[in-house]
Amino acid sequence: MSITLSIIYLIATVTFVIGLKLLGHPETAKKGNLISASGMILAIIGTLFLHGFEDVPTINYILIAIALLVGTILGWIIAMKVAMTKMPELVSLFNGFGGGSALLIGLIEFSNNVGAESTEKASSAIASTILSAIVIGSITFTGSLVAWAKLNGSMKDVRLPKYNLINNILFLALVAFSAYIVVLNTDSLLLIYVLLIASLIYGYLFVAPIGGADMPVVISLLNSLTGIAAAITGVLYGNMVMIVGGILVGSAGLILTFVMCNAMNRSLTNVIFGAFGGGSDVAAASGGKVGGTIKKTTASDSAVMMNYANKVVIVPGYGLAVAQAQHVIHELEEILTKKGVDVSYAIHPVAGRMPGHMNVLLAESNVDYGKLIEMDDINPQFSNTDVVLVVGANDVVNPAAHNDPSSPIYGMPILDVENAKHIIVNKRSMNAGYAGIENELFYNQKTSMLFGDAKEALTKLVAELKNM
Amino acid sequence: MNELLEFLSNNLELIYILIFAIFIGVELIKNVPSVLHTPLMSGANALSGVVIVGAILVMLEAKTTLALTLGFIAVVLGIINVVGGFAVTDRMLQMFKKKK
Repeated sequence: MSITLSIIYLIATVTFVIGLKLLGHPETAKKGNLISASGMILAIIGTLFLHGFEDVPTINYILIAIALLVGTILGWIIAMKVAMTKMPELVSLFNGFGGGSALLIGLIEFSNNVGAESTEKASSAIASTILSAIVIGSITFTGSLVAWAKLNGSMKDVRLPKYNLINNILFLALVAFSAYIVVLNTDSLLLIYVLLIASLIYGYLFVAPIGGADMPVVISLLNSLTGIAAAITGVLYGNMVMIVGGILVGSAGLILTFVMCNAMNRSLTNVIFGAFGGGSDVAAASGGKVGGTIKKTTASDSAVMMNYANKVVIVPGYGLAVAQAQHVIHELEEILTKKGVDVSYAIHPVAGRMPGHMNVLLAESNVDYGKLIEMDDINPQFSNTDVVLVVGANDVVNPAAHNDPSSPIYGMPILDVENAKHIIVNKRSMNAGYAGIENELFYNQKTSMLFGDAKEALTKLVAELKNM
Repeated sequence: MNELLEFLSNNLELIYILIFAIFIGVELIKNVPSVLHTPLMSGANALSGVVIVGAILVMLEAKTTLALTLGFIAVVLGIINVVGGFAVTDRMLQMFKKKK
């Protein structure tokens, strides 16, 4: 490797660190992303022209150029076309591609270094590196694709009987089998294919039982694994930008995973082995305690209530995004502000399908960044709030998290909307939320239910307010 | 056991780097506000596309048709991860601009 290329890799690595650092603050995040991106471009171009291999056939260059071109166009189109509500599944899909890339590299390098085509026997260190790349790459590949399919609704939770036991045994078997291949020092491609297929299956089984509500945590974990896979392939080439870049993503992804778990007051093991969000026994257990009468309201009554309020807090949930009502809610906020009402948005850390997802969705419809208030800051304000408007949110305002120790969300920090004077809840129907838990807030004396599609209901509300 | 010790002593520098990189990653992310978790995840995901460098190296060295084919797919997948990841993160962050 030429010294120039080493320096290029060094620069690229530094841009990754700076980029990640800047990504951590709202004001600098955009710049940080661009800095990392330019470092990546530098590393790619440097590798292409300064790799130092001799006698590379022209056809290889042509194929690389075509592959880069095709992938760039595809990636760009997908990134520009996708709707902001689809963000979590897109990240998952891209992540799966990265894992797929790592696994293919592992396969080729096995043939080159260990397999029949190699001239000398590879050391067990190299063999284990290659096998880890194949195993981790495969798990992230199928795991991410399953997460993607689940988030876009084309796949339901799959739970085999005793799935935790099966998964753990399969995982141990994968490790043992990899060790066996290394010790055997075999060049058998057949064994590698068996390992490959088993890893792909494990990736599927690993994610399949986990409920959709926990997918963001899983995606973050898989993202971390892709980073580790990249670092492992980097070890193979002694390539510093891959090693440091990969490990950075690995540790950053892991920490982000824990931060997300904390926001939901869950442990990582609980997310992975708990299979939360679909247990019928759970729903039945807490469902029995909730009851009473609900109070329906109309758009005009709600409009009057909000018109004469001093302070209104809007609690947006994923239902808002599904109904594509982000723009209408912004319109509502503007009208109320014009009428002298103090309006803000209460953002739960896991509102939407991914932490921070709701902020992106509201920012897309031009909501002022300063009006989005985080949970810890808004909770003390609910007691002097006149009207809370809950749109398409459910579990994040469920008081069961405070009062019902048998509830699966017990202990999760929530938005304390029940402290407000009036609560208006917009929902399509009385169906339980994403986690499948009944919500006693709906039966609260102070709560009025405004049934209907979020976009339609809010549009009516805006029309009523305009006439006042 | 001997082989393991030998491996460790031969790669000591690498292990130092590994440990420091882990700490940097943790420190960089630890205090990020939840507002930025989604873009951050997406940005980190784009960075994990650094595996593309390996895919290109594999392609440069490829001698058989099989290696060329698999390498081709690896490069395509890797570059989608990189380009798509950075582009979509940028699109998301575009929306965080302060409005007056």
